[in-house]
Amino acid sequence: MSMTTSMLSPAQPTSSVRRIGGAQLYQALPGALRKLDPRTLYKNPVMFIVEVGSAYTTVLAVRDHTAFGILIAAWLWLTVLFANLAEAVAEGRGKAQAEALRRTKTDTMARRLTATGEERVAAPLLAQGDRVVCEAGDVIPGDGDVVEGVASVDESAITGESAPVIRESGGDRSSVTGGTKVLSDRVVIQITQKPGESFIDRMIALVEGASRQKTPNEIALNILLASLSIIFLLATATLQPLAIFAKSQQPGLPDTSALNAHGVTGLVLVSLLVCLIPTTIGALLSAIGIAGMDRLVQRNVLAMSGRAVEAAGDVNTLLLDKTGTITLGNRQASEFVPVGTTNTDDLADTAQLSSLADETPEGRSIVVLAKQGFALRERADGELAAATFVPFTAQTRMSGVDLHGRQVRKGAAASVTAWVLGTGGVVPAETGQVVDGISAAGGTPLLVATRADGQPATVLGVIHLKDVVKDGMRERFDEMRKMGIRTVMITGDNPLTARAIADEAGVDDFLAEATPEMKMALIKKEQEGGKLVAMTGDGTNDAPALAQADVGVAMNSGTSAAKEAGNMVDLDSNPTKLIEIVEIGKQLLITRGALTTFSIANDVAKYFAIIPAMFAAVYPGLDTLNVMRLHSPQSAILSAVIFNALIIVALIPLALRGVRYVPSSASAMLRRNIIVYGLGGLIAPFAGIKLIDLLISSVPGIS
Amino acid sequence: MSATTVAGLAFAVSIVVAVSVSFRPLGDYMARIFTSPSHTRVEKAVYRTVGVDPEADQTWATYLRSVLAFSAVSILALYGLLRLQHHFGHPYAVPQMPPAQSFNTAVSFTTNTNWQSYSGESGLGYTAQFLGLAVQNFLSAAVGIAVAIALVRGFARSRTDRLGNFWVDLTRCTLRLLLPLSFLVAVIFVASGEIQNLHAYRSATGLAGGAQTLPGGPVASQEAIKQLGTNGGGFFNANSAHPFENPTTYTNWLSTFLEIVIPFALCRTFGKMVNDKRQGLAIAAVMGLLLVTTTGLLAGAQLAHHGTVPTAVGAATEGVETRFGVPDSAIFASTTTATSTGAVNSFHDSYTSLGGAVTLFNMMLGEVAPGGTGSGLYGMLVLAVLSVFIAGLMVGRTPEYLGKKVGRREVTFASLYILSTPAIVLTGTALAMSFAKERASMLNSGAHGFSEVLYAFTSAGNNNGSAFAGISVNTTWYNTALGLAMLFGRFLPMLFVLGLAGSLARQHHVPVSDGTLPTHRLQFVGFLTGVTVIVVALTYFPALALGPLAEGLR
Repeated sequence: MSMTTSMLSPAQPTSSVRRIGGAQLYQALPGALRKLDPRTLYKNPVMFIVEVGSAYTTVLAVRDHTAFGILIAAWLWLTVLFANLAEAVAEGRGKAQAEALRRTKTDTMARRLTATGEERVAAPLLAQGDRVVCEAGDVIPGDGDVVEGVASVDESAITGESAPVIRESGGDRSSVTGGTKVLSDRVVIQITQKPGESFIDRMIALVEGASRQKTPNEIALNILLASLSIIFLLATATLQPLAIFAKSQQPGLPDTSALNAHGVTGLVLVSLLVCLIPTTIGALLSAIGIAGMDRLVQRNVLAMSGRAVEAAGDVNTLLLDKTGTITLGNRQASEFVPVGTTNTDDLADTAQLSSLADETPEGRSIVVLAKQGFALRERADGELAAATFVPFTAQTRMSGVDLHGRQVRKGAAASVTAWVLGTGGVVPAETGQVVDGISAAGGTPLLVATRADGQPATVLGVIHLKDVVKDGMRERFDEMRKMGIRTVMITGDNPLTARAIADEAGVDDFLAEATPEMKMALIKKEQEGGKLVAMTGDGTNDAPALAQADVGVAMNSGTSAAKEAGNMVDLDSNPTKLIEIVEIGKQLLITRGALTTFSIANDVAKYFAIIPAMFAAVYPGLDTLNVMRLHSPQSAILSAVIFNALIIVALIPLALRGVRYVPSSASAMLRRNIIVYGLGGLIAPFAGIKLIDLLISSVPGIS
Repeated sequence: MSATTVAGLAFAVSIVVAVSVSFRPLGDYMARIFTSPSHTRVEKAVYRTVGVDPEADQTWATYLRSVLAFSAVSILALYGLLRLQHHFGHPYAVPQMPPAQSFNTAVSFTTNTNWQSYSGESGLGYTAQFLGLAVQNFLSAAVGIAVAIALVRGFARSRTDRLGNFWVDLTRCTLRLLLPLSFLVAVIFVASGEIQNLHAYRSATGLAGGAQTLPGGPVASQEAIKQLGTNGGGFFNANSAHPFENPTTYTNWLSTFLEIVIPFALCRTFGKMVNDKRQGLAIAAVMGLLLVTTTGLLAGAQLAHHGTVPTAVGAATEGVETRFGVPDSAIFASTTTATSTGAVNSFHDSYTSLGGAVTLFNMMLGEVAPGGTGSGLYGMLVLAVLSVFIAGLMVGRTPEYLGKKVGRREVTFASLYILSTPAIVLTGTALAMSFAKERASMLNSGAHGFSEVLYAFTSAGNNNGSAFAGISVNTTWYNTALGLAMLFGRFLPMLFVLGLAGSLARQHHVPVSDGTLPTHRLQFVGFLTGVTVIVVALTYFPALALGPLAEGLR
């Protein structure tokens, strides 16, 4: 969509290039090594098991001093390290952004108003409710609302957008953010933040992942992964007496590196366990979560909790404001309708003439329509020299031009009619019908009239101004519908106008003449039916609805109350972004599900690699299971372990980027993901393990 | 294609047709049983006698306590009956059953397992068979169905903590479903040549001139519920291979049909109760797909005849009744292990190694294809919940099944469910293999000997009850260990199922949209089948490799 400036792009010019390179992995290495600390790693049960296994095999490798043992231990450590690396890389991206944010947190001094005058205090000491003065050149010391005055403010520090914005007391544009800079005028700000809990503090915490809490789905998935790990732990542990028995039945057979009289060797047993427990998803799970939040930040959206991001994926109903979201902000001329004896070309010509000096978006759109539809170019330079432009005023509700004694006027139907009648002119009978017709279709009619010097005025026709639905909105709503999301347009227009626009845009429903109470009622009604609702809002009167909605995206330009009430803030204040937020939420869940499926499906091939390697010496028939025809038992086990480790690295980019997401029905999406990650997960390791086996068996001295 | 194979195919196809035909009427009838608001006069009398308020709706915890209390009383009563059976008058001499064996048998019949470490004709009197085992054949089947219905109510209801009344479900299931059907079947069995008497054992001279003792007993009445309630505990030691228990190919057909008819039809009941019959059909499809596949594999292994003797006779005939033949026996072996019946009409120990592997694999699936009465449905639904969780994430929403979100609580209960049975089976097997004395119970050496131990614990932990034989399990250790495996294998899963039902019932229904994962389509059927095989059965792959696979692959 319109969002192209990446957040903080001035401070971090490379942030839009999101490739994972070797350099990024290398930078994350120290962080990954620190994460080996079992005191933090235990929170990831799957990788914790791998770490314990690595430590155990290291002891065995040191004791036995075999190349096989050393390689197994090394690759098991690498498995843990790769998992940590995934997380560290994901966090590293946030850290760079946090650094840039921290630079804006300078040691601002605030001018606090007291009963007697003002005093200078350090910004961190400001309390909620304090009032401070800021003048041109001052950095705003904390989050708050303007309670007095109006000022232009440079908010580029948080939004990356260099154009200044206006902040004024009262109304919906009163909130200011600490760390931004007043460019002109003087304002009094009432501080609304608690010390240390400013917007920037929260942003830093969010992008660094410090305040990251596991989301409900992530917790549920963790439980499943832990259970699977326990099952496989049991399956491998209970294998030992079975193996001892199997070996004892064939006392003549020599010991192998996998099996001796004491059962399966520790090295091989740990290798089997690590290959079976879901290490792929276990290693990448937290990186997926961090990267999901990061993708939001890249689009300049701050989610106050991961829960909100997940909820966005679950949304059933989207409430979208009409203006700015579905339609362009302004109405545009779409048609010239002549009345009486006038022909369309004359009407177009006159309409263009009346609008040449009209710098309103509507006026410009009339010139554009005349140019595109009737090939009318701008007038030659000399032609307009004698023209007097009549600007629009609230009293006349008309605008126009006087040229060579000819008066041209356009404006609201009632005003122009009154003007024409006042000059003794006639309004053709069909004018009323045309005007009513345009109004009924949701448009705005503008009457065009002209009057030759001293003559009665004549109505030439009507300009049809209408709301223009943004390009591609219908397709987006169709996509939403395919995903099972209902879109509801919220507008202050009358029901007639609302219906016309709703039909054109292709939304499922609309709420006309909407008040905050009606919005609130609509959200509650949807939620009672078990649906999740997302909305955007900026005004204080939106705050209750934002708080009630499951996903409430506040515009950064809005009030502090709105920002507090929502669970996300869009720094670009672009209401269309709600749609992207939904997609990011879905992509986050899909990535987790896809990699879980892949991880579980991988087990099949690993069984076929390791089981024959372990027991074919005792029961030669089991070599039939060695369908990959792996070189030797040692190379088979090593290949499985190496594959298991490398697949983590191979999937880091996917985890960070998220799986490809195409809006489609659940059924189509499931089919695609089952084929790619389910079947792919079954087949890929067969190929991968075989390939690694070919490589290592060609290295002398290893097999 | 040989005549035997054709006959086997006809046997299988006719059973598929019969189950399909009965699917709808039986399923709808069961749905009516559990949703009807009115009580019959007999039922009211039962409630008055027992002192139960039939209108009281129970929370999941109360429902569970009722299940456990009822089962505890059942075990105690049956234990007492077995210990005291020699005091009751019998037309033949009946010994006292030792404590460990009585414990094992009491648990076995109460948990719908029907593992038998005794021999019916020499170890039990008619009183114990008639008043003990047959009664539990009805009640344990009804308990399984009741728990399944409670889970279905968890899906069907919303914003409530009530799952129905266990005593009502138990009573109705017994009186309206199992008793009338069993009566009908028993009449057919009697007409087909099964015995039904209280005679003393008779001595006779056989055709070959040798002296024989012919046992008697109320066999047909017990046989009907043995098959219908997926119990499987034979009146005689030879179980369904005994001519008094399963005299002809027709009774054999009926016995096979009875094993799977209720487990499949319960899917329809489920679909009906959650108001979306396609969902029931999808679950039935997964069960059917698995059952048909494993049956095909088993029959294939039995007919592929490796080895000298099987090649000479054209099939693996060892341990197979000539009255039934190889294909029909293979089909019976597959249905009896894929349901939790465990009756046998041929000896699985004598099967080809790979054929034996399939019977093991069937049980290792967790008895869900189609599984026991009730337990099959709830087992498959738990797997569906897990599959929905993984597949649901893949469509980008918090996973939901039948409008119920699968969140932390649901995943926890489902994970514990799939964790419990493998834990029991593998721990039990590993323990038995760790002790020299227990290893000595094996009558075979090597991989085959190990398969016998693995089979015993798989059968007990999954509440199947069939035996590979070839192992002396009537020891105090095995009676106790297998008894505990049956006990935990039955009631731990039930605990988790009811917990799951409770947390599902509390939720409201999320409306279905195009973004909802469709769980009635073929793709989900395939996914659920895959999860069942990979997540559940593959846990046992190392154990299978050291047993039947080690023996059978060449």
